[in-house]
Amino acid sequence: MNANAAAALAPKDFKSEVKPVWCPGCGDYSVLSSITKAFAKLALRVENVAVVSGIGCSSRIPAYTTCYGFHGVHGRALAVGTGLKLARPDLTVLVAGGDGDGYSIGGNHFMHACRRNVDLTYIVMDNRVYGMTKGQASPTTEPDWESSKLTPEGTGLREFHPLVIALASGANFIARAFSGDPNGTAEIIAEAIRTPGFSFVEILSPCVTFRPEQRLWKDKVHDAPVKPTSDPSQAARRILTDDGFNIGVLYVGHRKTYQPPIGKGAKQAADLEAGFAL
Amino acid sequence: MTPQNPAPRASVSIVLAGSGGAGVMTAGNMLLEAAALAGYYALMTRSSGPQIRGGEAAAMVRIATGPVENMEDHFHVLAAIDWQNIHRFAAEIPLAATSLIVGDPDQGEAPAEFLKSGAPHAPVNLKKLAKSIPGGWPNMVALGLLAALVGLPEASVMKAVGKSLKKRPDSLAASLAGVRAGMAAAEALPARYPLLPAPDATSARWLITGNEAAGYGAIRGGVRFVAAYPITPGTELLEWMAPALAKVGGALVQAEDELASINMIIGASYGGVPSLTATSGPGLALMIESLGLATASETPVVVVDVQRVGPSTGIPTKSEQSDLNLALYGLHGDAPHLVLAPNSVSDCLFTTQWATHLAEATQAPAIVLSDQFLGQARAVVDRPADLAFAAERVTAPANAPDYKRYALTDSGVSPMAIPGTPGTAYTADGLEHGERGTPSSQATDHLAQLDKRRRKLDSVDYGSHWADVEGEGELAVVTFGSCTAPVREAFARARRDGFNARLVSMRLLSPAQPARLADALAGVKRVLVIEQTHSGQFYRYLRSEYDLPGSVSSYRRPGPLPMRPEEIVSQLEQWSKA
Ligand SMILES: Cc1ncc(C[n+]2csc(CCOP(=O)(O)OP(=O)(O)O)c2C)c(N)n1
Ligand code: SF4
Repeated sequence: MNANAAAALAPKDFKSEVKPVWCPGCGDYSVLSSITKAFAKLALRVENVAVVSGIGCSSRIPAYTTCYGFHGVHGRALAVGTGLKLARPDLTVLVAGGDGDGYSIGGNHFMHACRRNVDLTYIVMDNRVYGMTKGQASPTTEPDWESSKLTPEGTGLREFHPLVIALASGANFIARAFSGDPNGTAEIIAEAIRTPGFSFVEILSPCVTFRPEQRLWKDKVHDAPVKPTSDPSQAARRILTDDGFNIGVLYVGHRKTYQPPIGKGAKQAADLEAGFAL
Repeated sequence: MTPQNPAPRASVSIVLAGSGGAGVMTAGNMLLEAAALAGYYALMTRSSGPQIRGGEAAAMVRIATGPVENMEDHFHVLAAIDWQNIHRFAAEIPLAATSLIVGDPDQGEAPAEFLKSGAPHAPVNLKKLAKSIPGGWPNMVALGLLAALVGLPEASVMKAVGKSLKKRPDSLAASLAGVRAGMAAAEALPARYPLLPAPDATSARWLITGNEAAGYGAIRGGVRFVAAYPITPGTELLEWMAPALAKVGGALVQAEDELASINMIIGASYGGVPSLTATSGPGLALMIESLGLATASETPVVVVDVQRVGPSTGIPTKSEQSDLNLALYGLHGDAPHLVLAPNSVSDCLFTTQWATHLAEATQAPAIVLSDQFLGQARAVVDRPADLAFAAERVTAPANAPDYKRYALTDSGVSPMAIPGTPGTAYTADGLEHGERGTPSSQATDHLAQLDKRRRKLDSVDYGSHWADVEGEGELAVVTFGSCTAPVREAFARARRDGFNARLVSMRLLSPAQPARLADALAGVKRVLVIEQTHSGQFYRYLRSEYDLPGSVSSYRRPGPLPMRPEEIVSQLEQWSKA
């Protein structure tokens, strides 16, 4: 049976039997559902998809899919995903993780992945907290959040704004989604995967354990009132001035994807000897 | 002064120095090439001042009738186009009373640091001679002069110049005229250092740096993806590989930092493409956490560390072997991995190719400990043998029944499913895991996987490549890396005085090979360990991993100065007579 003739897969075919370690009610369950829905919607085959992550509650996601997965070290998921996609352009590569993983320890890779514009999709499950290490402030945590023993008076630091950073750094597709709307999020993820280049999807995904107040996000989110723009300055203005709960695709650019040719050499290794021979 | 009529020699060493822009490197490379074309072996190293561009520079060339992989005790000729800050290199340019200093009188007196050697200073108006030729350059005059002093045939010099100026034919005539003027000027000099006739060329020769050799070895071993961040002295390896990879269907990516480079190659290798990065000590330090990931997730990668003087930024342009501890012991947890060290410029090819093969075969990371001396030295070498080592990864077939990525096999090696293969999808994990890769904190799984990862490295047959073992006797010197060549030369010299000892130059440092070393040292009463570190890292490694016979001594010193045969000869004398 060739791939085209194979029966289309349902979302459940992308979900593994491994039981998630997540707390009941964690937003990441819905993100997992959205991802599997998006894969099914795009008629992908499990063997042609790789899900790559770092470390954190959210970063556990690869093993919960039936695709190829790579669960690496904290903060380096984008680098692993980049190497994989450059070496294997035939694969669909989805990189996923948390706000600590992506914006703090992995912040440099985030910026440069946007710049490099490799054809992969990056999902950040932003809960504005370090869940796995039991509740410390992350770069997106509000400055006056006082519930961490590490920063009992709050961090006093201004939040990191991933969407603007992504835009300024060159990401080709930028969207915000909400885990509480798995169908809408699946649409956005599918669109992100379909769009060539580096696609960034920031998903508001509540940590019910360390940020229980995030349960109220469902009342705050609303669809973006406008269509996606391809004008970076317009996108920047919107992203900078919205209330942070504006859901939808916010920017789609036309940048050229970075992909050096691979597997198409004209020469054999031994031909290189000529350069050394006297 | 009348030129003496000295006996021809088997080896001669020359320095050409001058301020930036004087073209000493160009002339040095031409001299090296001319020697090669004349059938000699040769080696060139270089030094430059701290300025990024335009500082003083020195090209150091040794020409010999047999293979040479290290510098001599002193230089026979120091020629300077000018003296700007050349005295800063005095420690790197030892001279003897029998040496000759050639300087341009219009550029002032030779620095006292050199004159105190007792070597005569012969004035030659290099600049004026060059000016007398329309479009002439003093470095070409110096080239002709040096070539004549050592007796290189004019035709080889002219051919080398022609080759190097292939793309600038307009400047060829003036350059050749400059060379001739230099050759004529050499007639009046008070000394010469003629070489013995070149040996009959029995083999094809290459002109290559250790960095290029390592890059080529990697490509021959099957590496097709490289991600790296520039760092001296590893950068040239990458600069050579970028176009070379493109020709053979691979790719090189400049990463944002070393954390990215190591993880990019882990990603590419997970995707089934043999992958490598090259760096130096500071970069290796940054990669260490992820090397543990490569070990735990069983993703083969090769990291070439072209060592420089540490710690911290240290002396970026000079050689040392002091990353050994980091390479051997830097990883957290119990993380078996391969560490190999090439022991000559051409061995950078063999060792990197072998490392690629071993990494792929064991699905483990391999660190290749090269160093600045090996990496940046350009040498005329016999064409290295073709090696059978290629990347041969055990992979899983499509729809392998009941596939377990981390299955507990006898050899420890379990088939790796490559993404795209149907029916074998799995998640590779740095978390401890069971056989299927599912995270596990069970004591039984941890122990089983630790044993498995250890077993992989222990079940490989490393054959005779683990070390170069030479000589006989009850004394033995154990060394590694770029110390090997000066030790070999010291041995050859000491043998003339009746010295007899074994030499073991270890190429495979991890996993340790205690049985093999015990074999190589059977019957030995005394061992001397030689290395270029301050703290005796190699000595301590040997003492902790091996049962060394008899009494064990250590000779060690840090960089930045290269090991020279004479200092080792004096160590051998003291030690063998003690
Ligand atoms: C090098 C390193 N430093 C620190 C940690 C500890 N650590 C594990 S997860 C984590 C933060 C996770 O937060 P985030 O990425 O936001 O994911 P979440 O758990 O909230 O989904 C930290 C600090 C680590 N594993 N590795
Ligand atoms: S700690 Fe928070 S982020 Fe982690 S699983 Fe629990 S709810 Fe989810």
